[in-house]
Amino acid sequence: MLTIADKTFHSRLFTGTGKFGSSVLMEEAIVASGSELVTVALRRVEVQSQDDNILYHLRHPHLHLLPNTSGVRNAREAVFAAELAREALGTNWLKLEIHPDPKWLLPDPIETLAAAEELVKRGFVILPYIHADPVLCKRLEEVGVAAVMPLGAPIGSNKGLKTFDFLEIIIAQSKVPVVVDAGIGAPSDAAKAMEMGADAVLVNTAIATSADPVKMAKAFKLAVESGRMAFEARLAMTSSDRAVASSPLTAFLD
Amino acid sequence: MFTEQFDRYEWGAVKQGILDKTAADVERALSKSQRDLEDFKALISPAAAPYLEEMAQLSHRLTQKRFGKVIQLYIPLYLSNECQNICTYCGFSFDNKIRRRTLSTGELLTEVMAIREMGYEHVLLVSGEANQTVGVDYFVKALEAVRSHFAHVSMEVQPLDQQDYAILMEHGLNTVLVYQETYHREDYKLHHPKGKKSNFNYRLETPDRLGMAGIHKIGLGTLIGLEDWRTDTWFTALHLQYLERTYWKTKYSLSFPRLRPFSGEETAADRPYGIQPKVEMTDRELIQLICAYRLLNEEVELSLSTRESPVFRDHAVRLGITAMSAGSRTNPGGYVVDPESLEQFEISDDRSPAMIAEMIRRQGYEAVWKDWDQVLQG
Repeated sequence: MLTIADKTFHSRLFTGTGKFGSSVLMEEAIVASGSELVTVALRRVEVQSQDDNILYHLRHPHLHLLPNTSGVRNAREAVFAAELAREALGTNWLKLEIHPDPKWLLPDPIETLAAAEELVKRGFVILPYIHADPVLCKRLEEVGVAAVMPLGAPIGSNKGLKTFDFLEIIIAQSKVPVVVDAGIGAPSDAAKAMEMGADAVLVNTAIATSADPVKMAKAFKLAVESGRMAFEARLAMTSSDRAVASSPLTAFLD
Repeated sequence: MFTEQFDRYEWGAVKQGILDKTAADVERALSKSQRDLEDFKALISPAAAPYLEEMAQLSHRLTQKRFGKVIQLYIPLYLSNECQNICTYCGFSFDNKIRRRTLSTGELLTEVMAIREMGYEHVLLVSGEANQTVGVDYFVKALEAVRSHFAHVSMEVQPLDQQDYAILMEHGLNTVLVYQETYHREDYKLHHPKGKKSNFNYRLETPDRLGMAGIHKIGLGTLIGLEDWRTDTWFTALHLQYLERTYWKTKYSLSFPRLRPFSGEETAADRPYGIQPKVEMTDRELIQLICAYRLLNEEVELSLSTRESPVFRDHAVRLGITAMSAGSRTNPGGYVVDPESLEQFEISDDRSPAMIAEMIRRQGYEAVWKDWDQVLQG
């Protein structure tokens, strides 16, 4: 069981709602994934309407919404969007994403830290999307975020855990849950992240744009469960961790 | 400013560079993961024609990876057909002797309601260039009238100064489309003999002014048919690359409108109903261009209007396009107020937005009406 702020999750697979060929398919895939936390872009939601198409398909008692601020470019816009999301979607949870660069969608660490500090003061449960920067993670932890969401690779790139070495550091020193977000392209990437001790992963593009999103969602479900189980069982040491000397340094002691 | 970079290139040399590309150049471009402007030359060259299917497969996959299985829908709303420019290819040209019309705020709202009924959340406001009657003050009023009704407001009007864009952004403007028409300096003069639009450099630097104003999205393009499309679209790609590197917080989209006839009873005698394309572009070549743009740039939005035929549009959904208009009228008041007013050009695909959305769904794609929110531009 994973606990973030006031919520407990059975599933360590978080999912997204973008890029699906239809809302029905989105719903089926999310249900198949077993996910209990689903991120929704504020930009896609008809906040004024009572019957928004995306939200309609997410009305399952086990699903919690995680609104995100995709589209904002600075802390001021993020805070504004967050307030609207809280009002419109009835949750104080927020995936804080500030990417001023619309090409690679890479997060702005300075604006993210500023926004996180302000939003925590305003009573939000903040999960910030950030680069795999261990120092930034500690700074965010200090201002009171509920978890950190470092990227594996650029959003939607499906390139896997390009930031592996930095994720290891983040996981080793974090006091809040670490959710590897972005770049996870295959179930094996998700399993790898879980094996190394990530608390959860967030997957969207790899499920939504596969030829069979429902089947792929199940594959990710199994991979995340498998990876977590392997982490808990403690992986056997790999041979490369042990040096086998061909010319012993200590032979002179004999 | 882009002009400094632009002036380093010579049209004829660029054109020859494209025509000189070989099958080997195309294959090298296809095998790379990050492509540059030389690769783009190969992909739009005649040498790439035999590789069209491979390009289409790649474009399809790259587009789905970035944008998902979705097509954004938007609709133009023509504010005015008054225009002080002479543009040889345009129905609004000053010398096209036809009754002109500029929508009042009340008329604009009537049109807005009709568009909202169709389901649209993204509107593109369009006008000719008549700075006295349809200038910044008019646009401010128009934006104030429409902003609360739409999630995303784009504009395609005359080039303005940076401070004017800043004002319009305060009143809810999110995106500006400004097409260079052609990057061929001399031909540009031939097609724009009179009016403020005849200033090539002022137009060329418009995206710079938009970038400096901090606009969210800029749309670029050329009018295909005025000049050699390969050279013109290469310059568009050069322009895009410059802008992406300079104004890195701005998003970009590309369009590739092909010349269409327009209506008019007393059009200039030498070119009734518009001009014939100087250089034809076939459907195959337009698909080649769409795929080449995608292979060059995985992130840029590619937009296709109702200038194109239903068959072409149906197939383009899976080939790299990310946005489409539907049910468009190209005349002010065209939806309700004055359906018979002078239109800018004849559309080719007159299917309703609902039909287009259904066509998109049938291909396993979702028609997305809303992908922005005014709240995000704080």
